[in-house]
Amino acid sequence: MARTAVLGRLEWQLGSVAELVQETPRVASLLLDMPEWPGHLAGQHVDVRLTADDGYQAERSYSIASAPEDRRLAITVERLDDGEVSPYLVGEVRKGDKVELRGPIGGYFVWRGGDNRPLLLVAGGSGVVPLMAMIRHRSAIKSTTPTRLLYSSRSEEDIIYRAELEALSTAGDGLTVAHGLTRKQPPGWRGYARRIDRPMLEEVAWPKEQNPIFFVCGPTPLVEAVAGHLVDMGFEAPSIKTERFGPTGG
Amino acid sequence: MTVQQSDLKLDGNAIGGLLREIFTMEMTTAESTCAGCHKVHAVGQVEVYMNAPGVVVRCPACGQVQMRIVKGGGRYWLDLSGIHSLEFST
Amino acid sequence: MSFISRGFRGKRRDTASSSRLPPGQYVVNDFPVLSAGPTPRVSLSEWTFVVEGEIDEPKKWTWDEFRKLPAEEVTKDIHCVTKWTKLDTLWKGVSVDTILDGVETAAEFVMAFSYGGYTTNLPLEDLTGGKAWVAYEFDGQPLHPEHGGPARLLVPHLYFWKSAKWVRGLRLVKEDQPGFWESNGYNMYGDPWREQRYWGD
Repeated sequence: MARTAVLGRLEWQLGSVAELVQETPRVASLLLDMPEWPGHLAGQHVDVRLTADDGYQAERSYSIASAPEDRRLAITVERLDDGEVSPYLVGEVRKGDKVELRGPIGGYFVWRGGDNRPLLLVAGGSGVVPLMAMIRHRSAIKSTTPTRLLYSSRSEEDIIYRAELEALSTAGDGLTVAHGLTRKQPPGWRGYARRIDRPMLEEVAWPKEQNPIFFVCGPTPLVEAVAGHLVDMGFEAPSIKTERFGPTGG
Repeated sequence: MTVQQSDLKLDGNAIGGLLREIFTMEMTTAESTCAGCHKVHAVGQVEVYMNAPGVVVRCPACGQVQMRIVKGGGRYWLDLSGIHSLEFST
Repeated sequence: MSFISRGFRGKRRDTASSSRLPPGQYVVNDFPVLSAGPTPRVSLSEWTFVVEGEIDEPKKWTWDEFRKLPAEEVTKDIHCVTKWTKLDTLWKGVSVDTILDGVETAAEFVMAFSYGGYTTNLPLEDLTGGKAWVAYEFDGQPLHPEHGGPARLLVPHLYFWKSAKWVRGLRLVKEDQPGFWESNGYNMYGDPWREQRYWGD
């Protein structure tokens, strides 16, 4: 059922960089103080706009990484070497700098909590960001909704939020995390060592009878492959929410 | 670096902000019925090509152009003729 | 006055005024890919190029036939309406003058149409007199599908949306009708030197 709301104009606002967290060699989180922030839902994103002194502007969308309950707004950005915006956000930006953004945006790829449908969250690379907001929100509201995160990364050093995920998944409140490393695995690796495929999804998906919902986020080919498998496995399309990231998010 | 064509295809989530500039509603949850094949998809699920002189939205089932959005010169041009109807609740 | 992001430059952009840069443009060194849909995959054995419409006998070439037409190499500056300009781009293709050689028509306008459904309209006079080509090589290599291969229209004196990718024919018509972008905001003509980007410019 489509839920919409009359929201009024979406205005650009200035946030102040309070903290920078290096998550992996190429990924950093910016924690922003936003004086006019109206609040947000887990899964939503912001549009960030950069303006050069000759007036040139570039705009990109970034998923919100922080839970609605968090004091500061966090975005997590992967630096793309040939990107235009990401090398500025990860590399140039300093504490105290201001960043112009608008949001929150999105109503489709959102998890509010509140019902008890088991969740399967499937992430490819930086697609984990909006899913992390959902996991952080789940934790903040002390939900025990059965939740699994299947998270595909290239190599161990590319896993974002690894320590936090480890802590949350051993808290005993119904969250488990399964990692897949597609390019390089360390010695003794016990997670998956290949791209997400149907047999992997068969192992992690909740049974149909439990009426699960799915959130899939990452590069377009991964999202489409996973969504296709889930449909083939008999899950209803409306229960599978997808968000595609592109390299244009650079 | 060769850009894969699949990399340029996003979904309705990517134009959430642009649609908020035009509509007063949050549009990614609205359901659109394709004027071509009549299948229904949430706007969050439609195919979006943004690397163009404008935004082109296509039906994920049949590929037909559902929307075109051009913003420039202080104006918007919005073509919704590929959508048979848009449903959203109050 | 807009907020300025400290230290942001964006990709290196040369906006120095030069007689080669139309107003509002900046020079890029890469070749951005713009697309309104999935890349059509056309095999050379199925590819054809046609000239039809206000013409006594429509013309049609297969790929092999088309490649036998006299071709030329040209170096041109190209200007995209999204503001990037690329200087000194090297193309190889068949001049539209060659394609229309011997064609008699009362038509003054053309609709170029492509695999995948794209269309764009131009005056016939902007396609002739050494101003346009159907190009199948870029920078000495076969034209990549992302950039319009097997062949694209090349009309460098107009904004580059007029240089239809994956072109498959020209339709000669009496009246100027808007193509894909021209029917939704973009200028019917598109002269970068008069900055004719949108309707009414």
